[in-house]
Formats: sequence, structure tokens, C-alpha cells
Amino acid sequence: MGQRPRVEGHVGKVRAAAGALGELFLTLGVLILLFVAYQLFYTSVVSVRTMSHETAQLERAWSGGARERAAVLVPERPPSPGTGFAVIHIPRLDKTLPVLEGTDLTTLAKGVGHYKGTAMPGAIGDFAVAGHRKTHGDPFLQFPKLRIGDPVVIETATAWYTYVIDVAPYITSPGDMAAIAPVPNRPGVAPTERLITLTTCNPWWAHYQRMIAHGHLVDERPRT
Amino acid sequence: MYAWIWRHLPGALWVRILWALIISGVLVFALFQYVFPWIEPYVPFSGNGSLSQ
Repeated sequence: MGQRPRVEGHVGKVRAAAGALGELFLTLGVLILLFVAYQLFYTSVVSVRTMSHETAQLERAWSGGARERAAVLVPERPPSPGTGFAVIHIPRLDKTLPVLEGTDLTTLAKGVGHYKGTAMPGAIGDFAVAGHRKTHGDPFLQFPKLRIGDPVVIETATAWYTYVIDVAPYITSPGDMAAIAPVPNRPGVAPTERLITLTTCNPWWAHYQRMIAHGHLVDERPRT
Repeated sequence: MYAWIWRHLPGALWVRILWALIISGVLVFALFQYVFPWIEPYVPFSGNGSLSQ
């Protein structure tokens, strides 16, 4: 190892302090880079595995006989927070994802989150869901590709609900709660239609905006 | 700090390199498994896709 020449007194101390500060900044820089790598890559590795496991679990429970299905959650009432109760199929985005109750970070890491208090699938009102744009499996990364007429199918223990997008993705602010009202963007108005709303972040690398799309129910098919 | 750690690692040069790699690996693992998930909700640029008041 190279030997640093001993410098006495004040200059030596300043040099030591500068060296320590430099190491601190270097360490912080490396930690930040590691965190970015964690967000962009590792969360997706974990989430993709969790989501396909959750989807498989739900599908297995539903494909059982009528008695088994009756024992499983019947989604007329919202399930407890964090519980998976539906599977969402979005052909345009080539995504099949579990839908869980609630939109907190823990839940969104496992799939698409259902906004509490909004309608259940197939019900009158607005079935509103949120999904990550980037990180945790990037479920809604291609969200801007959605177009009017695209089908979104919600699969539950009892039925298949086919919705169709009728408002193409638009940008709004993160606090725009009216977008998930029973009649989207008409808060306080009593709902008469069976609607769906999908939300995610915009731009993909930040979250100072939200991107929203709306749709309505066109078909309901009970599971045989 | 790093020079201090390096000086206190045992063995010849290649053994020290091995130790450095092992320790780094354990640290990165601990960060990814425990520390980063814990601080993730508090970091401002982690968008969560949902609307909130």
C-alpha cells in the first residue's frame, strides 16, 4: 500500500476531513445509484413473481367446482384490504394482472389496486383501479396506448365482465378525485351506468401527474 | 473509512478482494431486501399510480 506523507498540524487535519467528506459523498452517490437500480429493476423482479402467483391462486380457486366457488369470495361486497378478488385482462397492453382491494403501496406492489369505496366489477357506478406505471412490474407502463374501443375484461369468482374504453387516456393532477367518482368527473351525481376507470402515473419517470382512462360495461357472462 | 477497512481485512491481496466482494454482496442484499423497501414509501419520486387528496 502507498504511504501518505505525514503532514503535521492544521493542514493534515483539513486533508483528513476533506478525504472523509469525499468518501461520504461517494458512498451516498453509490447508495442512490443502488436505490435507482432497485426501483427500476428489482421491484419488478419481485412483483412479477408475486403477481403471477396471485393470479394463478385466484384462477385455481375459481376453476374448482360450484361448491368451492361458493366458498370463495363473492365480489358483491368489497373484500378486506390487500385481498385479491379479480383478474384484469387488457389485451391492448398484453397484460393479465390480479386486482386487490386498496391502493396503498403494499397492495400496488402485488397487482392492480381497487379504489376503496368505488363500485365492484359489473355494478352500477365506477369500478376504479390504479396501477404502477413504472416499478413493481410496470403493469401500466404502456397505458397511453389504450384507445377508444379497447376491451378490458374483469374476471371474478362468479362472472366475466367485458368493459370497453370510451374515453382515451388523458392527463390530470394527482388530487383529481372526481375522476373516480361514481359518474367520473361529475361528483355528487347519482350513477346509472356500469363504468370502469383506470389510473396510473405520468410521466413514467415521475408522479406529478396522473393518466386516466374510462370505459363502460358491454357484456356480462356468468361462469359456468 | 474504506482505507481503514481494507487495512483490517485478513490475508493476502486476493483474499482481501474476496472478502471485499463478500461484504459488498451482503450489504447490497441487505439494502435490496430490507432497507430499500422500508424507505421506498418516503421517497418522493416513487410514483404509485393512484389518486389521493
